[in-house]
Amino acid sequence: MGKTLFDKIWDAHVVHTVEDGPQVVYIDRHFIHEVTSPQAFAGLKSRGIPVFRPKQTIATADHNVPTENQHLPIKDALSRHQVDTLIKNCKDFGVELYGLGHPYQGIVHVIGPELGITQPGMTIVCGDSHTSTHGAFGNIAFGIGTSEVEQVLATQCVLQRKPKTMKVQVDGELNKGVVSKDIILYIISQLSASGGTGHFIEFCGTAIESLSMEARMTICNMSIEMGARGGLIAPDEKTFEYIKGRTFAPKGAEWDKKLSYWKTLRTDEDAQFDSSYHFNAEDIEPMITYGTNPGMGIGITQFIPQVNGNSVAGLEKSLKYMELQGGSQLLGREIDFVFIGSCTNSRIEDLRLVAEMVKGKKKADRVQAMIVPGSRQVEQQAIAEGLDKVLKEAGFELRQPGCSACLGMNEDKVPKGKYCVSTSNRNFEGRQGPGARTMLASPLTAAAAALTGRITDVRDFYKD
Amino acid sequence: MEKFTQLFSKCVLLPEENVDTDQIIPARFLKAVSREGFGDNLFRDWRYLDESTPNPDFVLNQPGVEGQILVAGRNFGCGSSREHAAWALYDYGFRVIISSFFADIFKNNALNNGLLPVQVSDDVLAKIFKTVNNDPATLAEVNLEEERLVIEKAGISENFEINNYKKYCMINGFDDIDFLINKSEEIKAYEQNRELVI
Repeated sequence: MGKTLFDKIWDAHVVHTVEDGPQVVYIDRHFIHEVTSPQAFAGLKSRGIPVFRPKQTIATADHNVPTENQHLPIKDALSRHQVDTLIKNCKDFGVELYGLGHPYQGIVHVIGPELGITQPGMTIVCGDSHTSTHGAFGNIAFGIGTSEVEQVLATQCVLQRKPKTMKVQVDGELNKGVVSKDIILYIISQLSASGGTGHFIEFCGTAIESLSMEARMTICNMSIEMGARGGLIAPDEKTFEYIKGRTFAPKGAEWDKKLSYWKTLRTDEDAQFDSSYHFNAEDIEPMITYGTNPGMGIGITQFIPQVNGNSVAGLEKSLKYMELQGGSQLLGREIDFVFIGSCTNSRIEDLRLVAEMVKGKKKADRVQAMIVPGSRQVEQQAIAEGLDKVLKEAGFELRQPGCSACLGMNEDKVPKGKYCVSTSNRNFEGRQGPGARTMLASPLTAAAAALTGRITDVRDFYKD
Repeated sequence: MEKFTQLFSKCVLLPEENVDTDQIIPARFLKAVSREGFGDNLFRDWRYLDESTPNPDFVLNQPGVEGQILVAGRNFGCGSSREHAAWALYDYGFRVIISSFFADIFKNNALNNGLLPVQVSDDVLAKIFKTVNNDPATLAEVNLEEERLVIEKAGISENFEINNYKKYCMINGFDDIDFLINKSEEIKAYEQNRELVI
């Protein structure tokens, strides 16, 4: 019997198998950031051991950093201490750091791909659940805890049990106004916030193949939101074209050698998955969430489910938190805040989509619209293309790179009780700030909401 | 890591499903560089009405509620990979979490910190909620050696699953990292011999 792409990459990285236990899995690339690494470095210090393979770990500061005045010292003392601790640890242990002020700084899952560090066939980990993003390049990438960060720093390996495999196939052509964020919100709404637990997902099908690399990253990024360890997409010409010429991409003869290997990275025809799902792209509308987990999503014209005996778990509590009525429509509801950013949707393509939609228009007065590029390179590219002017003229605040209001760790928070249409990945209670009410959507739907001040069907903008 | 073999304790009930790690410990409290002290902010936004007023409706603030076992609804620990969630639960005093389903990363993080996730069926979970609701003094016994959960008052005597390796680590207080460091020669050999094009 053939093997899945996941099995091929996983099996090639197993160093040792513990009987009735986990496997020792070798890690090719390890990303770290300021929030989940300090305790891991402290562990190495207390053991008196070095980083085993310092060249395979790359650091950046993204989670708690301010998105204004990044040239000044960080005002918040705890945040500053955490970032300073990262700087010191990287220096002490010989790890490359793309910190604040560095031209490569940005959200860890944005910079890995854009620098060409993320490549097919690799194993990639980071102390962040959205590490799954990198799987868009046909590799195994997953989030880990700090104890596991310490394991990787100390031995370049993690102890893991091999996940099961799941195939999610999406065929057909996307409707106008529907983008990759809508695809993944749709899949999660169908399979629930825990539907992928214990599994690694391979996304495939003609609708997935039609997506750009940026759009594929959005899909894999949110595989964790259905509980999956990660998601991956088999590499193809688009993948190779994206990587070619990037800062750390292979060059010359090395490129040829790797390319011929990457081309072998496919699931065999006769491989079996532990579970499989199939969806039609034509069924997908622009999506929006109404509740407090990413599985609580509906098409923009649909109605919020009624609370009754068959309701999904926690629906009543969610709607109470959101102050929304079961059976009502979200379309037309007033909103207060729009956040465009996060490792899900802060790449240049996302900024272009938003800029195209808001060009020559103004945001609604009632809305605060914040747009946070995923990296310094995205920011510079946006400026080079004049997107910054378009966005500013439309009344958007263009901030500096970081995770920002996705998790409300820095000053960027949605005020209590306010409704935010957000391109980020989690609508958990208080995620964007205590009492904040998050509705997840695509950059297009978020931009449309900023313009009208209401939940809007973006397809209305395409009608003549 | 501290050793864990057996625990007798009352149970604290949190009958919510999909309890995510942002609820267990909100991101704004993740700015520390050590593992200690996170228990103060465990379930912060459910536990407090504002900066300092405890929410009287939240279970941890109710008089007479105590115990080292937290019993929670399906899909406990979903969301962010922050190990701070496991640290916060442990620091507060919990040693066992019982649920009918755990998110993967949380489960690993818990096991790496001596916090035992005990997975039971939805039926058993419902039975625990009912029994402890009726009598908060109900005692539960968690025996790791025998992989057994016993709550006499609820008529529960259930086996739970844990792989032998993790069981061995918890009973002996061993970390994964000790195991991996001992494998370093094998890891080096793997690096030398592999034919992958990375």
